[in-house]
Amino acid sequence: MSLLEFRDITKTYGMGTAAVQALRGVSLGIDKGEFVAVMGPSGSGKSTAMNILGCLDTPSTGAYVFEGAHVETLTRDQRALLRRHYLGFVFQGFNLLNRTSAQENVELPLLYRGVSPAERRRMALEALASVGLAGWEHHTPGELSGGQQQRVAIARAIATNPSVLLADEPTGNLDSARSVEIMQLLTQLNQERGITVLMVTHEPDMAQYANRIIRFVDGLVADDTRKEAAL
Amino acid sequence: MIWNAFLLAIREIRRNLMRAFLTTLGIVIGVAAVVTMVTLGNGATRSIQEQVSSLGSNLLIMRPNRSFGAGTGGSSPPDFKLVDAEAIEREIPGVRAVAPSALRGGSAVYLQQNWTTQATGITNDYFTVANWEIADGRIFSDTEQAGARAVCIIGDTLRTKLFAGHDPLGQKMRFRSLTCEVVGTLKPKGQGGFGNDQDDVILMPLKTLLRRVWGASSSQEIPTIYISAKDGYDTDEVTQDITALMRQRRNLQGAQGDNFQIIDTKQIAQTLSSTTQILTALLGAVAAVSLLVGGIGIMNIMLVSVTERTREIGTRLAIGALEREVLWQFLVEAVVLSSLGGVIGIALSLIASITLSNVMNLPYQFDPFINLLAFGFSAGIGVLFGFMPAKRAARLDPIEALRHE
Repeated sequence: MSLLEFRDITKTYGMGTAAVQALRGVSLGIDKGEFVAVMGPSGSGKSTAMNILGCLDTPSTGAYVFEGAHVETLTRDQRALLRRHYLGFVFQGFNLLNRTSAQENVELPLLYRGVSPAERRRMALEALASVGLAGWEHHTPGELSGGQQQRVAIARAIATNPSVLLADEPTGNLDSARSVEIMQLLTQLNQERGITVLMVTHEPDMAQYANRIIRFVDGLVADDTRKEAAL
Repeated sequence: MIWNAFLLAIREIRRNLMRAFLTTLGIVIGVAAVVTMVTLGNGATRSIQEQVSSLGSNLLIMRPNRSFGAGTGGSSPPDFKLVDAEAIEREIPGVRAVAPSALRGGSAVYLQQNWTTQATGITNDYFTVANWEIADGRIFSDTEQAGARAVCIIGDTLRTKLFAGHDPLGQKMRFRSLTCEVVGTLKPKGQGGFGNDQDDVILMPLKTLLRRVWGASSSQEIPTIYISAKDGYDTDEVTQDITALMRQRRNLQGAQGDNFQIIDTKQIAQTLSSTTQILTALLGAVAAVSLLVGGIGIMNIMLVSVTERTREIGTRLAIGALEREVLWQFLVEAVVLSSLGGVIGIALSLIASITLSNVMNLPYQFDPFINLLAFGFSAGIGVLFGFMPAKRAARLDPIEALRHE
């Protein structure tokens, strides 16, 4: 059984004649340990699919099964708890809290989990070390480079040991050298810690780091390629 | 969860100290104004009560009603007689002491010093009734009272103005045409409730004043009788009893009005202090408006803050914050801000009210009630005005919020 499974999912925005169908019957399964790149032109439905995969949005029809749970039947708070315990998010714009130290940023999801202060600190420092930022815990985002900020964001996402990491164009704001570093980090997390990674990207170069590429066109999956050799 | 929210709020405030300070300024000023106004008002009330009670406890003052007589018979109502005072003391049950007295203005002279003042002729009951205490020397003896001897007791103002430096005891001074020996000095009472100097006084035996200062042999008449009621007796009832007795003694018929009046100092105190209490409440209410304005300031900043931090809220929601956790975060932030303002305001009001009490010569007393109330009110304002922005933050759609620029 897949870790994540879309069963004939549609998503419609708006009503009546103004209705726009962003997803038009998507079915796909993602297994534990996969590194998936999601590609497609704007308006193809890839962002909508990612939002539903990340439990931020619900499908209009169809079923989304996450480790056996039907996400489409969950309330807003239940989905929030699901995100809190199983998902990690990395954004294109990093989305770190300004004027807040790297350590405090990484502690944020742990705070919502109710982890004790000492344990929180230990886990945050460990996560920062695993993204290569040991010793930078007292720096605020303003004192860090873009690549370092994204590493802090990744540390924040993995501090809670999530089963799935969702990255929305994680290299979109970085130069190519930094981008490569981030992709290597994601690959490492995927391979060494077995975290399932779902990544939206525009850049074919970045998509090459994944072992599966799903391409969206017009609200449907147009292409789904696995790089068997990499596994 | 609340502790977490509190922690987050403190972190957020620390990130934006300057803005937090400006936001709370309205509350700081509001709380400081309310607490200072009410504290000063209470001080004024207390000071009035103290001054009136320094006149004497349960004190009634009886005088002929001058204004009454003018239109009726041409002649004004007569003064009282000594026997009236004796009758009151004998016949009214609630009376502790009765002190008939008369006044005469004039100048007092000692060596080269000259001072314009008033002399009050009294019986020894006056000391009890009017709360005078002897600082030095003694009160009058019965012989001096009965024999209309030329002796006097002086107030603190006279001691300093007339006898500057000298010990007045045993000295001879002149009041009008009477040369009298100073046998005692009075402990100072300070300023009276009406701004008058209570210590500017010469006391002498009633008969001495009537016979030797007024001079007229007919003057067994006394214009003022001070009556002190016993503790536990209602001064209203005592007043009624005295009125009935005096109407009878002055031959007033049923329809005729009283041609004398009895003033209850307790009533004066009540009237004065209720006036200052109303003023205090009014000033407090005006100050409370600024507290409200401060609350609106907090709401304004919280709304701006929610808009400004939309992406942050989106991030929090995405990483698993519950709607109510975001609500609590912003609500607690508003309450912490406004309570902080309350605490600073109370600290400011402490300084302001102690300083102003000193300047305005009012007694200062810390009033825990108004301080607690003002603090509670400031926290309440945080809840009231923080709720709407907090609700708005909590209701944000995480996808929209993450997309927000």
